[in-house]
Amino acid sequence: MELCDIPAYELSLLLRQRQISAEEVTRACLERIDAVDGRSGALDAGSLTPEDEQKVHAFITITRERALNQARTVDQKLADGEDPGLLAGIPFTTKDIFCVRGTPSTAASRILANYTAPYTATPVARMEAAGAVMLGKVNLDEFTYGSSNESTAFQPAPRNPWNPAHVPGGSSGGSASSVAAGEAALSLGTDTAGSIRQPAAFCGVVGVKPTYGRVSRYGLIAFGSSLDCPGPVARNVVDAALMLQTIAGADPRDSTAAKVPVPDYLAQLEGGVKGLRIGLSPDYFRIAFPDPQTGEYREQPLPMDIESPVLRAAEVLASLGAEIVEDVPMPNTRYGIPAYFVISRVEAASNLHRYDGVKYGYRTRQPIDDLTKLYRQTRNEGFGLQPKLRILMGMYVSAAQYSAQYYQRALRVRTLIRRDFEQAFDRSGKHRLDALLTPTTPTTAFKMGAVYGDSVLMQYADQLTVPANHAGIPGLSLPGGLDADRLPVGIQLLGPDFSEDVLLRIGRAYELATQTEDWRKIKPMVLR
Amino acid sequence: MSDSIDRDTFDHLVGLAALELDQQQADYLLRELNNQLKAIRELAAIPLDESVPASLHGVPYASAVSPELREDVWQPHPNPEEIIALAPDTRDGYIVVPDIPHTTLE
Repeated sequence: MELCDIPAYELSLLLRQRQISAEEVTRACLERIDAVDGRSGALDAGSLTPEDEQKVHAFITITRERALNQARTVDQKLADGEDPGLLAGIPFTTKDIFCVRGTPSTAASRILANYTAPYTATPVARMEAAGAVMLGKVNLDEFTYGSSNESTAFQPAPRNPWNPAHVPGGSSGGSASSVAAGEAALSLGTDTAGSIRQPAAFCGVVGVKPTYGRVSRYGLIAFGSSLDCPGPVARNVVDAALMLQTIAGADPRDSTAAKVPVPDYLAQLEGGVKGLRIGLSPDYFRIAFPDPQTGEYREQPLPMDIESPVLRAAEVLASLGAEIVEDVPMPNTRYGIPAYFVISRVEAASNLHRYDGVKYGYRTRQPIDDLTKLYRQTRNEGFGLQPKLRILMGMYVSAAQYSAQYYQRALRVRTLIRRDFEQAFDRSGKHRLDALLTPTTPTTAFKMGAVYGDSVLMQYADQLTVPANHAGIPGLSLPGGLDADRLPVGIQLLGPDFSEDVLLRIGRAYELATQTEDWRKIKPMVLR
Repeated sequence: MSDSIDRDTFDHLVGLAALELDQQQADYLLRELNNQLKAIRELAAIPLDESVPASLHGVPYASAVSPELREDVWQPHPNPEEIIALAPDTRDGYIVVPDIPHTTLE
């Protein structure tokens, strides 16, 4: 196995035993990037070549020298007998929605394309302090608005390593694809409506949306301040736990970062699932979507390819001693998307108001003699269509005459969604669940260009993930199998606030019990 | 309550959002906004008891979860030049921008 494909927890052992060096690991990853990534995302990239269509394009900026220097520092510490940190020598990528000092921090938008961050986001700083090696900044939907990564201003957009004609998912498309392609062991992504879990499902990797407030948002370029959650992407549950251990915890720089103590995620990771109550809900086994002609809602059961890995996982967990609780009602699940449309747009409009061409980032080069014109021209030229759409919608639904029936109502629907989970997890309630087991996405990765442009259908890719963002609860997506076209299918675990340790434990039990299954031996197309 | 966003309202929103759109973009965005409104209107049909409060975020912010506020003491930034240097146009530590429109009052 190549060094770049070895799990982080095994690499860690090999490094500490001095059997390999951090520099060798970094070089192996850089070679993998050179082999499969193709052109990095850039503005005004021109048309796609046939070669582009076979590559992953996860990166916007590869920080080669910086990474090699970090690796050498780790090797020096190991040589000197110093403790190099929990993630020492482990290569990772960072979604380019995080500020990292001295690197372009673009949000995949023209409006920040020339912005070099003067400070580093807390989650990145914690990983680097633990000795992890950052290979670069990876691509995303512009300002994280999207579920396919296609809306990035930095083209070519990332492609799914399992089949590069398909999307990697979004908005953390670069994160999921870089990890799936073995370009890095870990990636730092963000999840606002499913933006870690959905691409993780599409790319056959593990993605964690921590509880809101579990990981500091300092240095995260804001989209939805009440929804955004930084979190790990990895190829296995142990690696995800290692990374969460490193980044979680209170931060004096983020007043929404919870001061709830961080448990030892690794200590109980292989504690098993005996006696845990894991629920299945019929509301997560169907899709509700607007009819393209009439706009009326239709309901459809999920395809067998999506449903069966979840039911199989339930069987596996039952055989390991978990109690499977069926027919758990989660009736407000279907309102997650309309409520999200409203809440996220209001927050987006507010958060994007700061991009005005004055203090940093892009400023229009047209000769302007009027400050308000400067704002309008800069924003018009700097923002892509998706940010503009969100800003306009945010303005509309929060306007005084409409806000009661849109924004205020959406916030009340949010309460209903939260209550579904509170009732399901209530220790003295009817179901007393430790976790809910659901599919992660209603489909596997769709073809590039298939859905982009019709923003409603694109948004419904997040139908099964967005309720967790409304409720703030944690969610974990795991690879559950492959469909008939050999595209990954994800299964999702949802749990009460700050129950990441339990979710990781369930995920690890499932992973261990299925580790010799045939589908796990199949590699992504770009690696065959 | 509007069933859809008309052109005038749209233009007003564009002004509020400090954007300046060309015709093609404006058409696309107006169409998409109205498509999305169809989904949002579903919100109106949800039975909502009077007593259901708004949730600004899902996780409750009890004192066990929320950090204390720090002392309100200002500290000078170690390197303001580095921050100012990020601006597109600066002079003598100031950020340079065009003037605001002036109107002569009658």
